[in-house]
Amino acid sequence: MARATVQGRLGERLRWRTAEVVGRGSEYAEATTLMLKVPDWPGHLAGQHVDVRLTAEDGYSTQRSYSVASTPEPGYLEITVQSLPDGEVSPYLAHDMAVGDLLELRGPVGGWFVWRPEQEEPVLLVAGGSGLVPLMSMIRARGSSGGRTPFRLLYSLRSPAHGLYTKELREGLPGLDVTYLYTREAPEGAKREPGRIVPSDLVDHGWPAEFAPTCYVCGPTAFAEKASAYLVLLGHSPERVRVERFGGTGE
Amino acid sequence: MIISRGFHGRRPTADRKLPPGQYETTGFPVLSAGPTPRLSAADTELSVTAETGRRHTWRWADLMALPSERPTVDLHCVTKWSKFETRWEGISLDVLLADVETDADHTLVSSHGGYTTNIPLADLLDGKAWVVHTYEGEPLAPEHGGPLRLLVPHLYLWKSAKWLRSIELRDEDEPGFWESAGYHDYGDPWREQRYRGD
Ligand SMILES: Cc1cc2nc3c(=O)[nH]c(=O)nc-3n(C[C@H](O)[C@H](O)[C@H](O)COP(=O)(O)OP(=O)(O)OC[C@H]3O[C@@H](n4cnc5c(N)ncnc54)[C@H](O)[C@@H]3O)c2cc1C
Repeated sequence: MARATVQGRLGERLRWRTAEVVGRGSEYAEATTLMLKVPDWPGHLAGQHVDVRLTAEDGYSTQRSYSVASTPEPGYLEITVQSLPDGEVSPYLAHDMAVGDLLELRGPVGGWFVWRPEQEEPVLLVAGGSGLVPLMSMIRARGSSGGRTPFRLLYSLRSPAHGLYTKELREGLPGLDVTYLYTREAPEGAKREPGRIVPSDLVDHGWPAEFAPTCYVCGPTAFAEKASAYLVLLGHSPERVRVERFGGTGE
Repeated sequence: MIISRGFHGRRPTADRKLPPGQYETTGFPVLSAGPTPRLSAADTELSVTAETGRRHTWRWADLMALPSERPTVDLHCVTKWSKFETRWEGISLDVLLADVETDADHTLVSSHGGYTTNIPLADLLDGKAWVVHTYEGEPLAPEHGGPLRLLVPHLYLWKSAKWLRSIELRDEDEPGFWESAGYHDYGDPWREQRYRGD
């Protein structure tokens, strides 16, 4: 495992900043993208996350991590939140926050689960559900930096109605291959039976280990555990498999 | 401070105290930077190397022959979750290090897979740390660090290295994996030392 490195002055990254919701995008019923204006936000590296802090009227406060979804840029960022049943924070962010509302965040955080435009090797992205969020930032960063390195994305989702960034992914980008792995319900005519990710999905749609891609696996913990274990079984060296576990035990 | 109108939140179970910024979970989330290595207890070898270069090693059977303890501790992960009253079984570092001669103040702990973390030696002694092999009465699962992990519950959980392989006693402090990535050198959850500079 190589040393992780970070950019930016530390004091800056630690400061709690006030973000204003300047737009909301509905991805599907349970998932919302919040567009945030953050004055003096320094930008991020694709793959990093922010810590969000909510405070109730009596002063009680709690924090959660959310990956940055957007292309790195100063002053602005987007997060995409999937609302979990009985969740303390995610339903509030996904359903209750309105344009003009404020929240506190700090970051960017994380120096290992990142993709930098200088990287030249092929990239395999393996997303489970909302685990697509930081991987989408990598796809967008590749696009906006004019990157040519080939990307493959395997995206495991419940059904065609549970997709994030559906239109943008459908339009596609040169050098980006997208494969959808539906777990519950596949569109009519799909060749693959609905079901959880299996090693042959990674064989059929990933890169051979000999190409030495960097693999980024992200999603709920059970998904991330499984997909990363399969990659190692298929011969990918563990140092090339970077994993972000979102928590929970679901799909 | 920004108040989020209409946000109520969920308070921790009565009479329990959470460190700042943490919330309680009853599940057992997993935090690690790479895939989970699959290691067998039979092949386990744990080593402690003093600053003099003197190396001590224990095979699985050696570890099992040492007196064991059953600590019940609260866990605090830097990703914000805390879990109360987890039950473990393992060997106190006081026992493991009893015969090691050292004047060092620092340690660098290494895992299979290349992970490292630095901890002051004093934080591993006096009943504050264990190498554990059993969680809630069962052999420790690979995703939680099995067969053998470090347990230093008074610091954020990234200090409790999974898939423990070696402990180096050092005169100089050297930052480990997350510490080099901007996480706090010491990591006290009660002082909310998440990131370097906190
Ligand atoms: C580095 C990092 C980046 C993250 N990025 C994103 C992101 O981009 N988008 C996003 O939506 N979430 C992301 N998460 C997850 C997020 O931080 C919260 O854990 C999630 O929103 C649930 O918070 P909550 O307060 O609503 O639920 P809680 O009240 O904390 O939990 C409610 C219930 O849901 C379960 N649960 C918790 N997390 C999950 C999960 N991920 N999947 C399934 N069940 C779960 C819990 O075990 C509990 O039973 C990220 C997590 C990490 C560690």
